[in-house]
Amino acid sequence: MERKKPVMWGRHITVRFGEGCDYCRTHTNLEKGRCPKCHTIWAVRDVDFQVYPGEILGIVGESGSGKSTLLKTLYFDQQATSGEAYLSLYHEGKENFLNVSSQQKRYLRNHMMGMVYQNPMLGLRMKLSSGANIAEKLIAAGGRDAGRMIDRSIELLHHVEIPTERLRDQPRVFSGGMQQRVQISKAIANTPPILLLDEVTTGLDLSVQAKVLDLIRSIQKELGIAMLIVSHDLAVIRMMSDRTMVMLGGRVVEEGLTDQILEDPLHEYTQTLVSSLL
Amino acid sequence: MLQIQDLSKNFIMHIRSDAEIHGFDHISFTAEAGKLIAITGPSGCGKSSLLKCIYRTYTPTSGDVYYTCADGSVVNLAKAEPWEIIALREKEIGYVSQFFSVIPRVSALDILISTQTARGVEAGKAKERACEYLEKVGIGKNLWDMYPSTFSGGEKQRLNIANALITKPRLLLLDEPTASLDASSKEWVMNMILDLKREGTAMVGVFHDEIAIRTLADWRYEMRERKIVPTDYKMDYAEQVLAEAAGF
Repeated sequence: MERKKPVMWGRHITVRFGEGCDYCRTHTNLEKGRCPKCHTIWAVRDVDFQVYPGEILGIVGESGSGKSTLLKTLYFDQQATSGEAYLSLYHEGKENFLNVSSQQKRYLRNHMMGMVYQNPMLGLRMKLSSGANIAEKLIAAGGRDAGRMIDRSIELLHHVEIPTERLRDQPRVFSGGMQQRVQISKAIANTPPILLLDEVTTGLDLSVQAKVLDLIRSIQKELGIAMLIVSHDLAVIRMMSDRTMVMLGGRVVEEGLTDQILEDPLHEYTQTLVSSLL
Repeated sequence: MLQIQDLSKNFIMHIRSDAEIHGFDHISFTAEAGKLIAITGPSGCGKSSLLKCIYRTYTPTSGDVYYTCADGSVVNLAKAEPWEIIALREKEIGYVSQFFSVIPRVSALDILISTQTARGVEAGKAKERACEYLEKVGIGKNLWDMYPSTFSGGEKQRLNIANALITKPRLLLLDEPTASLDASSKEWVMNMILDLKREGTAMVGVFHDEIAIRTLADWRYEMRERKIVPTDYKMDYAEQVLAEAAGF
């Protein structure tokens, strides 16, 4: 069977807050990733992952397990302490993109990745119109023709089911669900090969959650974009992801097919997590 | 096509003081193209766990599951990487679960269409075949655009079966496919399974229903005390045809 090449993959990614000491460098099983001797926080520790074309990889874990930090590291919101990450479309997957120049990071953020944050304030400029928010991403990727950018913004807003007459409205006057949808349209504006989604439905009421998830699923199907979805909600992971990684204390403790993780969890923490399902 | 060797499954419940639950031990058998292996046995003896280990919803504790792919390569499903399992599930291996977990807010018709389009079938053709299968399993036209969460147990199960069969998998795992069906639905489903057998699909199924076993199975194995016991049962093709002609 021919092996697919991943769209994005990472090796030994570590994000550490503090210098570390002999104790925590040799003990990987720190409670909550915190060293009891030097108080260094190992937010992400030695994480390997692969995301294949058109696939949704879910990341679950309790608060503070490092799942959002991993996503933010890949999107350059957070500096990695060590490790490597690659994109198949960036220098044919031969250059570790975690250590590139600021200019290259901007290029990668605008062309190769889209990010949807839990808090829309992080992904949107609330005082710009929703159209301008999308245009900002298009300009960053080299767009200059105002007419084309307006057309593309209308097309994207239509795609995420926001009435096009709201093009000139600021996202601050939108509901939480609408803000998330504008964020999604901004994130996919340049059709990146990978989309990073960080707890995108947390804080939304159930019916709005369902709409956002349906939208993400339809985008994934239509555009075939690979996705990395972080959530603490196993129902979201069950519905969305093909494979799942379980994180605890900054480390990946279990990974596998989503149905295997949910029906035959092998690690103690995963068993606790699954048994907590209502 | 499928060779199971010394397959065992135990569950270690770390959250219950590492309690060990025995699934099944040292199971071996083979399944050939166009043949159906029926697994029988009392509830809780590990039949469904065996199917889930083949489909890799469960990770086997030990043993091997060799599957010969359409391209002739052999994959050990017990130890394969998740990407290999996903690719095989997409293209070659189908599974009819005992309980259909419906995809929320997707209509019955769209479920069958997307199952096919995900495997590269053109949208128009996929819709045509989806309608044909919905009709075959007796789901009324008024339900085609409805969400299956509103369906009865039998309707959900018929949709589940149609969804697994529509892709004509090379290997099909069936977990009590006829359990919640009325007599006429059962007949439709059994006919569809027989059609698929004729087209060369290898099948392993868990059954309680004697009529289904006698109609569909080529070989029958019984699970007793976590082990598989080969029976001398082998249904002959002529007997099958007679059973079919007699309306089961």
